[in-house]
Amino acid sequence: MSHAVQERPVAFAKSRGPLSHARLPRWTPAAIAVGSVAAGIGIGLAAGWHSKVQWGLIAALVFVLATYAITTKVEGSRQAKDRIATSLVWVCFVLAVVPLLSLAWVTISKGMEVLDGYFLTHSMNGVLDAETGGGVYHALLGTIEQVGIATLIAAPIGLLTAVYLVEYGTGKLAKAVTFFVDVMTGIPSIVAGLFILSTWTLMLGFGPSGFAGAMALAILMMPVVVRSTEEMLKLVPNELREASLALGVPKWRTILKVVLPTAIGGITTGVMLAVARITGETAPVLLLVFGTKLINPNPFEGAQSSLPLYVYEQYAVGTDAAVARAWAAALVLIAFVMILNLVARGIARWKAPKTGR
Amino acid sequence: MAKRIDVSGLSAYYGNHKAIDDISMTVEPRSVTAFIGPSGCGKSTFLRTLNRMHEVTPGGRVEGKVMLDDENLYGSGVDPVAVRRTVGMVFQRPNPFPTMSIFDNVAAGLRLNGSYKKSELADVVERSLKGANLWNEVKDRLNKPGSGLSGGQQQRLCIARAIAVEPDVLLMDEPCSALDPISTLAIEDLIGELKERFTIVIVTHNMQQAARVSDRTAFFNLAAVGQPGKLIELDDTERIFSNPSVQATEDYISGRFG
Amino acid sequence: MVTTTPPAIEKNRSRRAKSAARPGDRIFSGLSKGSGITLLVIMAAIAVFLTYRTVLAVSKDEANFFTTFEWNPAGNPPVFGIAVLAFGTIVSSVIAMVIAVPVAIGIALFISHYAPRKLAKPLAYVVDLLAAVPSIIYGLWGAIFLVPYLDGLNQWLDQYLGWTYIFDKSADGVARNLFTVGILLAIMILPIITNVTREVFLQAPKMHEEAALALGATRWEVIRMAVLPFGRSGIISASMLGLGRALGETMAVAVVLSPSFVLSGHLLDPGGGTFAQNIAAKFNEADEFGRDALIASGLVLFVITLLVNGAARWIIARRKEYSGANA
Repeated sequence: MSHAVQERPVAFAKSRGPLSHARLPRWTPAAIAVGSVAAGIGIGLAAGWHSKVQWGLIAALVFVLATYAITTKVEGSRQAKDRIATSLVWVCFVLAVVPLLSLAWVTISKGMEVLDGYFLTHSMNGVLDAETGGGVYHALLGTIEQVGIATLIAAPIGLLTAVYLVEYGTGKLAKAVTFFVDVMTGIPSIVAGLFILSTWTLMLGFGPSGFAGAMALAILMMPVVVRSTEEMLKLVPNELREASLALGVPKWRTILKVVLPTAIGGITTGVMLAVARITGETAPVLLLVFGTKLINPNPFEGAQSSLPLYVYEQYAVGTDAAVARAWAAALVLIAFVMILNLVARGIARWKAPKTGR
Repeated sequence: MAKRIDVSGLSAYYGNHKAIDDISMTVEPRSVTAFIGPSGCGKSTFLRTLNRMHEVTPGGRVEGKVMLDDENLYGSGVDPVAVRRTVGMVFQRPNPFPTMSIFDNVAAGLRLNGSYKKSELADVVERSLKGANLWNEVKDRLNKPGSGLSGGQQQRLCIARAIAVEPDVLLMDEPCSALDPISTLAIEDLIGELKERFTIVIVTHNMQQAARVSDRTAFFNLAAVGQPGKLIELDDTERIFSNPSVQATEDYISGRFG
Repeated sequence: MVTTTPPAIEKNRSRRAKSAARPGDRIFSGLSKGSGITLLVIMAAIAVFLTYRTVLAVSKDEANFFTTFEWNPAGNPPVFGIAVLAFGTIVSSVIAMVIAVPVAIGIALFISHYAPRKLAKPLAYVVDLLAAVPSIIYGLWGAIFLVPYLDGLNQWLDQYLGWTYIFDKSADGVARNLFTVGILLAIMILPIITNVTREVFLQAPKMHEEAALALGATRWEVIRMAVLPFGRSGIISASMLGLGRALGETMAVAVVLSPSFVLSGHLLDPGGGTFAQNIAAKFNEADEFGRDALIASGLVLFVITLLVNGAARWIIARRKEYSGANA
């Protein structure tokens, strides 16, 4: 069955051009960008708008339109669409980077105004709201204690639940647990706080304490630990387990001595990331730990403070001195969280099981 | 219209590592040329320089000239996108777009290059599927997804997709190595028909396939371990397989290595 | 005499045959099972107690809980309803999504397909870190830094787009409105949506991208043909995860929004409230009944986020069955 040489349809003659055509020089996008920024500022000033946000938006608009027009004229509309897509993607990138750079810059610069050794080692005892001075020690202490207790509760339960799901779980109970772990990951932090509030405080009558806050934080932490530990345990190759079992090692020892140590790097990372997350939680702490100006080293009795709660309180006070303190505390908080994150990721990379990636 | 390919002094690099060195050869229009050689000798790399796909790999770089009739594919000012429209490629693993129907798959190349009426598209799709010997099997389910076909059918779908835009050259990178023997035979028959319309270059690991399918055969090899690949011999297929001029070719053909 | 195995060894053999009887195994599996059950118990307890207190509150509410515009549980008779809160929560979250999802797709595409190789990895790392910034810090920055900047934008919107009802600024005041909250939420949920979407785009099979390239497609056409269709359900589930976070966000909203119990379609007017923000703001001064009312609103929020997250996971599960074609 052979086909005679087909006549080429006329339709194609129009789309078949030469292989080379006019191309815009490489510096075109940069040039258009500079032009757009100038246009943005120019139009903004001429129209009497002074907000930099507006200038930025105008510049972005001009950039996209100019790119399309110039490219269509020189290279053709398909290339124009390609360039538009490229420029839109770059615009998205800039749009995202600008507020985040701003956030980092503002926090660091304003925080450094008040942050010093005194700030880190003293509480707000005796300091009036409008005064300068005072520190964040009581809040630091509170955060460390609350987060520590939360981790002590959540990490073992989360770990063992993950072990159950991966190593033991089949059947209805496992399905139910998996489903509800999913549900738990979606609990808004304020709802977790409300739950502890309604049981611990309202029903059982205990007053505010660091421990109450820790329990709410533990609820938020548990599903995260379960999920990340599950992922890590699943990465451990089955051959390892089978080799151990074939040697006559009982299952529980296999898990304890073979599986967990293999996955320990990733598990540690997961736990640390979860810790970093709950460190920054304000809402449940607001409800349950109440806040205070004094140092309260006992997490089981009496109100405490915490870093994020302190930031909120000082901001709510509103005086210049208080807001300055809020920034400094925010800087401490962000540094704390970032260091935890970086260390966690460092451990992940260091201890990653060398399964060819 | 099938075109002639003239390669002179082509070398290809991955970063600083030279993969193939100074290749010069001619491919006549409306013929099938097979590239054979041991694994890693650079035949696929060379194939991918012919439609400027090599430079898509990070660090990929090409020196030399590839003339398609009278245009240099690597000339200054040449748009690689335009090159890939005129030089089509079929890959080792069939890769129809999974989210598109069979019709849309074949029409994909056309839609990129202009807007056509539905009736025009339908004509071309039917012609391409007939050209790929797939029409009878799929004419009743053109709207079903392309991924629902068997491996051999999917590969023929990819061939239909490639020929729908009437390329000047059709490159095939081990098109049958992922297929069963019966599908392989079907595609080899298809190549025999397609060569009346297109210039075809096929890379293959299977020497018997090269002997069956091609008019001319090029044998590639590495000079030594770690050295770039080179073109050792290019000749009529009959001659290569019965009486090759270079000893290395003879060794490879008779299975002494590779 | 036939040798019979002594009774002691017999007993040992039968004991070893029942492997589950080993005490170490039993303790360990019991512990892990117990942890799983603990989680279930906690979830059940949450549901039960929240519902219990909700019922206590709503049963005494003199007005329709869902449609009332006031919040006065301390009144006599108590009158409170979540209409304003529902509106504020949904509107601010929708604004956040409308802004964040396209930008997140853009950044994810940037990292996976457009950025120079050397820039892509550090950029992905930075976006990961940004997901870790605590929300109170976003709130602080938003209130002190963003709000004054948005004043100018708000005036411009009012001037030129005021004919659309939503951008008509009918009340005076600083930009502490639902629109600002929406923008701030967008910035906050951007990292999450970007990260998940980026992972999906990176997994787009290279062979389909190559097929598109070989047909002579430009980079954008390759993305349109091979990457975006592949990532469609991933984008949707990433967006819903972001939505879930936006719905439950408390502190950033509490700090930025100037709250009032008015349901207004003028998004540039200061005022309004969200579930989470309302709870945080009012619980301190609330008496026991007031707290129950707040708990009731918390339960509504919980149910909403449950539904959103459930939908996201259902979409992921459906996609896993669907792409069985991925050899």
